[in-house]
Amino acid sequence: MKVYLDNNATTIVDPHVFAEMEPYFVQRYGNPNSLHLFASETHPALKDAMEKIYAGIHAPKEDSVVITSCATESNNWVLKSIYFEQILTGKKNHIIISEVEHPSVIATAKFIESMGCKVTYLPINHEGIIDAQTVRDTITDKTALVSVMWANNETGAIFPVEEIGEICAEHNVPFHTDAVQAIGKLPVDVQTFNVDYLTFSAHKFHGPKGVGALYIKKGKELIPLLHGGSQMGGYRSGTLNVPGIVGMGKAMEQAVDSLDYEMEDVREMRDTFEDELLKIEDTFVVTPREKRTPNTILISFRGIEGESMLWDLNRAGIGASTGSACASEDLEANSVMEAIGAAEDLAHTAIRFSLSRYTTQEELDYTLDVVRKAVERLRGISSTYSYAPEGHESGLDAHH
Amino acid sequence: MGMDSLIGGTIWDEYSQKVTDLMNNPQNMGEITEEEAEAMGAKLIVADFGAESCGDAVRLYWAVDPKTDKILKSKFKSFGCGTAIASSDTMAELCKGKTVDEAVKITNIDVEKAMRDTPDTPAVPPQKMHCSVMAYDVIKKAAAQYKGVDMESFEEEVIVCECARVSLSTLREVIRLNDLTTVEEITDYTKAGAFCKSCIRPGGHEEKDIYLVDLLEEYEKEKMSAAATLGNEGGATGTFKDMTIVQKIKAVDKTVDENIRQMLIMDGGDMEILDIKDNGENIDIYIRYLGACNGCASASTGTLFAIENILKEKLDPNIRVLPI
Repeated sequence: MKVYLDNNATTIVDPHVFAEMEPYFVQRYGNPNSLHLFASETHPALKDAMEKIYAGIHAPKEDSVVITSCATESNNWVLKSIYFEQILTGKKNHIIISEVEHPSVIATAKFIESMGCKVTYLPINHEGIIDAQTVRDTITDKTALVSVMWANNETGAIFPVEEIGEICAEHNVPFHTDAVQAIGKLPVDVQTFNVDYLTFSAHKFHGPKGVGALYIKKGKELIPLLHGGSQMGGYRSGTLNVPGIVGMGKAMEQAVDSLDYEMEDVREMRDTFEDELLKIEDTFVVTPREKRTPNTILISFRGIEGESMLWDLNRAGIGASTGSACASEDLEANSVMEAIGAAEDLAHTAIRFSLSRYTTQEELDYTLDVVRKAVERLRGISSTYSYAPEGHESGLDAHH
Repeated sequence: MGMDSLIGGTIWDEYSQKVTDLMNNPQNMGEITEEEAEAMGAKLIVADFGAESCGDAVRLYWAVDPKTDKILKSKFKSFGCGTAIASSDTMAELCKGKTVDEAVKITNIDVEKAMRDTPDTPAVPPQKMHCSVMAYDVIKKAAAQYKGVDMESFEEEVIVCECARVSLSTLREVIRLNDLTTVEEITDYTKAGAFCKSCIRPGGHEEKDIYLVDLLEEYEKEKMSAAATLGNEGGATGTFKDMTIVQKIKAVDKTVDENIRQMLIMDGGDMEILDIKDNGENIDIYIRYLGACNGCASASTGTLFAIENILKEKLDPNIRVLPI
């Protein structure tokens, strides 16, 4: 049996999405910016897709949703544009991000920091959540941007973006949120709170890979990302990715339609699965369920290094994830676990299971069975597990 | 960079079959109890290395015959990734039947080689070599415990790259002999830096006392100071007056570069040396003003005196500077 539980990394392309994209590869392949009939064949689908994308995040027509190649590109664009526009010119000198942002925000922030920008990295609390108040405390009249993700990719923790948006509005500071983990899992409406820039990516909600987007509120213009022709309003030149945009449009429509299922049925399956996992001794989760996206579990199995657990899961055909230790090239402990202040010995034991609307109960039952066996085997090998003293301070609350 | 680096890939595909098998079914996993060791007439050694906080921890059990120092039985336990488990297992296997002194000589390279399917294909991907190092360290820890000595006493040299076991002295020698100037060159010559890469520069997963970039910088400084000494030696054989014309031009050039040019450039000017001649008592240096100095009122007064004074002071009191 093959079970895919790594939906925060990427998702299966919905067959309806794929069907919608298909004609735009072989049949209707015209460059939409040409002046002939081949081009005009693509226009209705592009328009329709863009309307679905706008509708999906409730963006008014006068605002811009620029299609990029991925969320990383969108995130880079916002920060670098702010750097060129505000910091390099000496108008402002400071940005605020959280310390658990996606690497595409953190690494870009570090880059512009090396070019002279001041960066504040906001801490998260023991539940893995940012306190909006810390934004208020760190904003200065030199702050050019606040960038805080909507939901964390590792823990699923939902950040108080609405409150942060209000604080930014009060101080007249642009607010960017990386909403990659929010679309399709939570209601996303750019009109309900003050957000100036919002990043998302199609492949996280059953759309194609290689299609991202950046929402830009009217009046919050950025410098062009790619200079060249005038595609995407001159923001991002380059021939339009017609099948990709069509795919994102359909995926957005499907995501909106499936939101209730995601928030109720997927959540329920996740909760039951989590309850069962937590019945295994010495397991810990960080963020309380109600403060998480409905599909995510980040769970620690004491005494088992994350990658060795992945090894056993993989052998049984189960795809999950760990941000910890040897699984990634940098061999670092899970950054979120460390940021939470989890005991160091637990930082290397975290495994992330992320579900989707395609996940079935049967798959979760099978996974549970495999996890139980893996825990037994790996704790048998473990040099540290049996020696964990009673009442060991974990820095986390045991949820069982 | 190259195509493979551009795409990346799943590291598990790069594991040898042996590593995979050992991870799935380690042969020497487990403990040795006090009673078991006693029954064998052996001394029980239990050594721990690493920590959960580093993401890797290993415990090695030995039953050692005190009469022969031979390791009769060897077992391990591990908190670590697949490579750590497989290499700990291999390490425990390699210890069996060896004396403690022989076991200390087992390196992580031996462990890695023992896990290869074919002699020329590495058993694990480069970034995982690091995980086999701990297996090497825990042996030393166990041996130190058995002998009642400090673990460091087994380390004859400072090791800069743990993965490839390249010592500080080897690196210094290779850099000098081959005039290496980049990390890539060092890696080509020694394999240092080819694996987990934390020895290249600070910021990797392991903190070091000395990094490859430090060694390159050290060598660069050494070359600079050697060059400076050589420059001085040109005149050290005699006074400025006794130098050959080439040596004189070099010495004047250096003095102008270091003490004069900056001052002229600040005002938008510059100068060049045209010729140097011995005119009896005096050494005449013919120069041409460039940029703003050319035609400047003080070029024949204040600026000229300043240049002349510096050259007199640094090189020879009989120098005259003659602008043309």
